[in-house]
Order: sequence, then C-alpha cells, then structure tokens
Amino acid sequence: MAKGILGKKLGMTQIFNEQGSLIPVTVIEAGPCTVVQRKTVDSDGYGAVQLGFGEKRERLFNKPLKGHFAKANVQPLRVLREIRVNDSEDFAGLNVGDQVKADVFAEGDKVDVTGVSKGKGYQGPIKRHGFHRGPMSHGSKYHRGPGSLGGVDAARVFKGRKLAGRMGGDRRTTQGLEVVKVDLERNLLLIKGAVPGVKGSMVMVRNTVKK
Amino acid sequence: MNLIEAIEKDQLKTNVPEFRSGDSVRVHVKVVEGSNERIQIFEGVVLRRMGTGISELFTVRKVSQGVGVERTFPVNSPRIEKIEVIRHGKVRRARLYYLRKRSGKSARIKERRRS
Repeated sequence: MAKGILGKKLGMTQIFNEQGSLIPVTVIEAGPCTVVQRKTVDSDGYGAVQLGFGEKRERLFNKPLKGHFAKANVQPLRVLREIRVNDSEDFAGLNVGDQVKADVFAEGDKVDVTGVSKGKGYQGPIKRHGFHRGPMSHGSKYHRGPGSLGGVDAARVFKGRKLAGRMGGDRRTTQGLEVVKVDLERNLLLIKGAVPGVKGSMVMVRNTVKK
Repeated sequence: MNLIEAIEKDQLKTNVPEFRSGDSVRVHVKVVEGSNERIQIFEGVVLRRMGTGISELFTVRKVSQGVGVERTFPVNSPRIEKIEVIRHGKVRRARLYYLRKRSGKSARIKERRRS
C-alpha cells in the first residue's frame, strides 16, 4: 500500500481527456526524491522510508543535518518526510540513496495529497465553522455572531466551543484524488481537483488509504 | 508558472481560424451515438468569446424552428473537428446578449468588409 512522493504545488489548469471534456487539474512538480534514511522495525521500532526533496543553499544547513545527509552520502535536501512502510509493500525494496520519481504513480491511480492549507487569518464562525447567519433586516440586530455559547448553569464556556479565530494554515489531506497524467520527463504529476496549499508549497502525494 | 503554460500549450490547437463576436460560424462537432461517431454541424452567430488559453470558450446562437439555441464550446476542444467562418459581422460590442431579445429584421448584423 505505502508509496509516495514529495513535490511542489505549481498551480492549477485544465486539460482535455479522451472524451474531450475539460477537467480541472493541479500540477505538482513531483520529485525526484532521494531516500535519505531507511527505518526498520529492528532498529527504530517501525518501518519507514525517509525521502528528501528540493534544493537549499549549502550554508543554510546546520551541522547535525549535514551529518545526517553525509551519513546517507547524498546531497543535502530542503525537506525530509517519512513514509511508513511494512516489509511486504512497494517501497520496502528501497535503499538509502535510491531515487523516487513521478512514475511511482500511474494514470488512474487514486492518491491522497497532504499539504498546509492556505492561511485565512482571523475569521468569524460563519466562514470558519459554517455557522448560519442571523436575519440581516426586519429589526434584527443579530447578523454574523456565534450564537449561544452554552447553558447558564455551567457558568463558563466549555473547551472546544467553535468560535472565531485563526483559520487555515493547518496540515490537511485531500483523499481519493485521481492521477490524470504522469510526465516523467518534466517530473510532473497532474492530479484531478484541488489540493491544499498555496502555489509553491510542499505537498506529499501518497496512494490513498481508502479503496 | 512556465511549466503550467507548457502543459496548456501542448493542448492548444493551431488551426483555429480568426473569428470574433458577431461573426457567423459553422462548428463541426463530433457526436458520439452509441458506438459510432459522426459530425454534427452547429451554425450561428458568435455571441461572445471568453477566457484565454486552454479554457477559452465561445458561444454560438442560432434560431432553430423559432426557438433560440445557444451552445458554448471550448475553442481548443478535441471534439470540435473544425470551425468555419462564414461571414464577418460588424458589431460594436464584445458580448451580443442583446440579440436574445431580438428577432427578424432587428436581429440582423451588418457585414464587416475586410481589406
């Protein structure tokens, strides 16, 4: 089950499919990623493949990170993410230094895409939690407020009450998206629909947990 | 952004004739009927062109048996076999929505002479 790749969200466009209909796609510059570390049940207590992706100026890496990359004998890379694997899975055969490219996925595969959603700033409960609005007219003075915060006998507001606050900027996963096209030459994945994050942000594409 | 433009460019058609709103066009559309495919012709006046690049659309209006019919096509759709420009119309706006309320003599469009 477990396979995945790191990439950069480039933006959205549309493409025509064989039937001639226009479908919306997100373009992701996926890989090439390098396996930087291979975690096993014996040594780490769980199995995982650590992938590295992207470039960063050499002097911006601190010594511990440089050491980590030197141990794997690979170029220092901008982001490191782990993908959990069991022994029987596709990625189990990978060793440190191996490359993972866009062709881990094929057209028609279903994937989950994880990224950090766009920050929306301080938002009211209507936008943030989908609350209903009060009447705007007919003498109403209650428009976009949060409503009642609870009973009087509690004499306090319970934790977790949905109120206004910072919205967005969270790690989010969109599940069950379809891979429309794989362009190995240009390291591109075209995925149907929208994925979390701003243009240029890092995303992780994994095969879907739901079948 | 360049890579996105490159993806779009791959799909753009090169044989699209120059036409704009007010022109009369004959659109050859591929229609799938069961298992076989045939070409259907939709002929009328271009009401508008909107969008750019791969998402560019145009709307054609015709009056069929007294009923106005409008169809919107993507300019670069592979389902469009070809677009023929029959007549260049002289109009003073880009969106000819006013044609919807008109019929007969008042719905005519003058021909644009091209030198």
